[in-house]
Amino acid sequence: MIEIKNLHKSYEMGANSLHVLKGINFSVKDGELVAIMGSSGSGKSTLLNILGMLDTADAGTYHLDNIKIANMDETKAANYRNKFLGFVFQSFNLINYKDALENVALPLYYQGLPRKDRQKVGLEYLDKVGLKEWSDHLPSELSGGQKQRVAIARAMASNPKVLLADEPTGALDSKTSREVMALIQRINNEGKTVLVVTHEHDIANMCKRIVHLKDGIIVEDKKIKQNIIKDV
Amino acid sequence: MFNAERWIEIFQSISKNKLRAVLSGFTVSLGILLFIILFGLGEGLKNSYKDLFLDQSNNVVFVFPGKTTKPFGGFKSNRRIEFDNSDIEEISKQFDSRIEYINPRIRSGGIISYKLESYDFSLQAVAPSNQYIENHILMKGRYLNERDIKEKSKVAVIGRLVARDIFKEEDPIGKFINIGSRAFKVIGVFQDRGGDVEESYLFIPYTTRQQILMGSDKIGDIVLTFNPEIGASGAVSLADDLKKFLKKRKSIDPTDPSGLFIRNVADEFERSMQFASVLQIIVTFVGIGTLIAGIIGISNIMVFIVKERTKELGIRKALGASPSEIIKMILTESIFITAVSGFLGMVGGILLLNSVDTGLHDYFITRPGVNFGLAITATIVLIVFGVIAGYIPAKRAAQIKPIVALRDE
Repeated sequence: MIEIKNLHKSYEMGANSLHVLKGINFSVKDGELVAIMGSSGSGKSTLLNILGMLDTADAGTYHLDNIKIANMDETKAANYRNKFLGFVFQSFNLINYKDALENVALPLYYQGLPRKDRQKVGLEYLDKVGLKEWSDHLPSELSGGQKQRVAIARAMASNPKVLLADEPTGALDSKTSREVMALIQRINNEGKTVLVVTHEHDIANMCKRIVHLKDGIIVEDKKIKQNIIKDV
Repeated sequence: MFNAERWIEIFQSISKNKLRAVLSGFTVSLGILLFIILFGLGEGLKNSYKDLFLDQSNNVVFVFPGKTTKPFGGFKSNRRIEFDNSDIEEISKQFDSRIEYINPRIRSGGIISYKLESYDFSLQAVAPSNQYIENHILMKGRYLNERDIKEKSKVAVIGRLVARDIFKEEDPIGKFINIGSRAFKVIGVFQDRGGDVEESYLFIPYTTRQQILMGSDKIGDIVLTFNPEIGASGAVSLADDLKKFLKKRKSIDPTDPSGLFIRNVADEFERSMQFASVLQIIVTFVGIGTLIAGIIGISNIMVFIVKERTKELGIRKALGASPSEIIKMILTESIFITAVSGFLGMVGGILLLNSVDTGLHDYFITRPGVNFGLAITATIVLIVFGVIAGYIPAKRAAQIKPIVALRDE
């Protein structure tokens, strides 16, 4: 599903250049649930952003579903993001003036789906995250956990090949974190490839594989025994 | 541009962000409103000048007798000049092709009375051409005619206000009024757009007046209209020629400044209209300034709006919005707001000008109004600039990497 080779990325910080990713080689198969771990500054978010086509690499190759992602113009990149990728952010990134259903249906708008169909599909996905009754609530009327579930529903609504979650539990308490992770496990069990960036070990242990990043290189990449959440 | 789904999306964005929409719309409305009001007031100023000359034809030339200040041709200075009937005949003969109407006038006094009441109105003895020169509109009966002049009839045409004050509800035609000790038959009532003063006049044949003055052939002053074909410059040379001709005829030193006076209305009209036009140009400048201020205002607001929405745009891009989709969304929204508020400002300005109507007459502003085409043009100009003002920040926002936009707080 994901195949990257010798990926490099630097940021220009005034006169200095900060080398964030120093040659990453990494692949993810269909249906995996991968945790990308590392302390802050290790480059894990940068890696996820490049995988999510929100950012571009300086060197190296990236294949997503056997398609080479390189030198794409923004229009094409937007199209790929829409079709192949779903994002979940630490700060939820819901549009504050749209209610839960409209937020979930937004990716479908960019797929050109008619309004009626968007709302139908959007409601289905809201139902899947258990928030059907909250469809007409604005993000400001939802709790953190609910917001993140709306965001997950939105990421799933366009039926992407890969779900990318950047610290999805970073702004949540441990109980809500477990709920969100349970949801992610369920999505993964339904066959979706999921990548989760986190710096919390217990969250990482809920995945099936852990990739450990340190100072821009992968220092460890191991399959683990998944801690399956049952009590939610 | 006419994508129903996008419109729904935009209406939602507008209705959920009312304050933002109202603020940016207000700038546009105000710009157009002020432009139209300023322009309308300028137009009103011009109308006032036009009206000043409305009660007379624009091609009028007045000839007034004066007093000489220089001795000439055997005459001493300080001689009072008087015109008589032969002057009228000679002028008519000499300037036949250049003159349209000629009207000898004698300002007259005399108490005007009807039944037992007496009234204070102005009386003038004139020729039938007075009707055309003064633009009198006949309401009832007839005007003076050549037969009245020849037969020295004791008839009078009276202004609308004279008729109203003397006769009230009665029909004045055929009634007799006393002017001095003589009875005059009222033959007609006229209107004059010049207003109350012009409609407070009575006119009698000048020959009748001369007969009353013991067979005199003297005339007070001469009013004539020139043939419009000769134009304003022709009128100026006509006035010069007339002056030369009469000075020679009346033995006035050609260099004497006060033997007789000629007033050329065309010339004055031209000058006043030029002044009014200059005023309007100034007003238009101010109006355009307002429009530019509006454009700058909308530009600033668009920059602010796009800045404020950077994160939202980042989210949209992450969810699959292409740059062109982002640009179209912002542009359509800005066009919609500018168009609606521009239209509101335009209608508001026009309504305001219409409601003012005669209210500003005391400030020398008459019938302020604005050409509809101009109002539309100004509105379109503002909309176009609103689009450009929206396009630049929209394009920049569309090109920001989504990851940068998402980081924006």
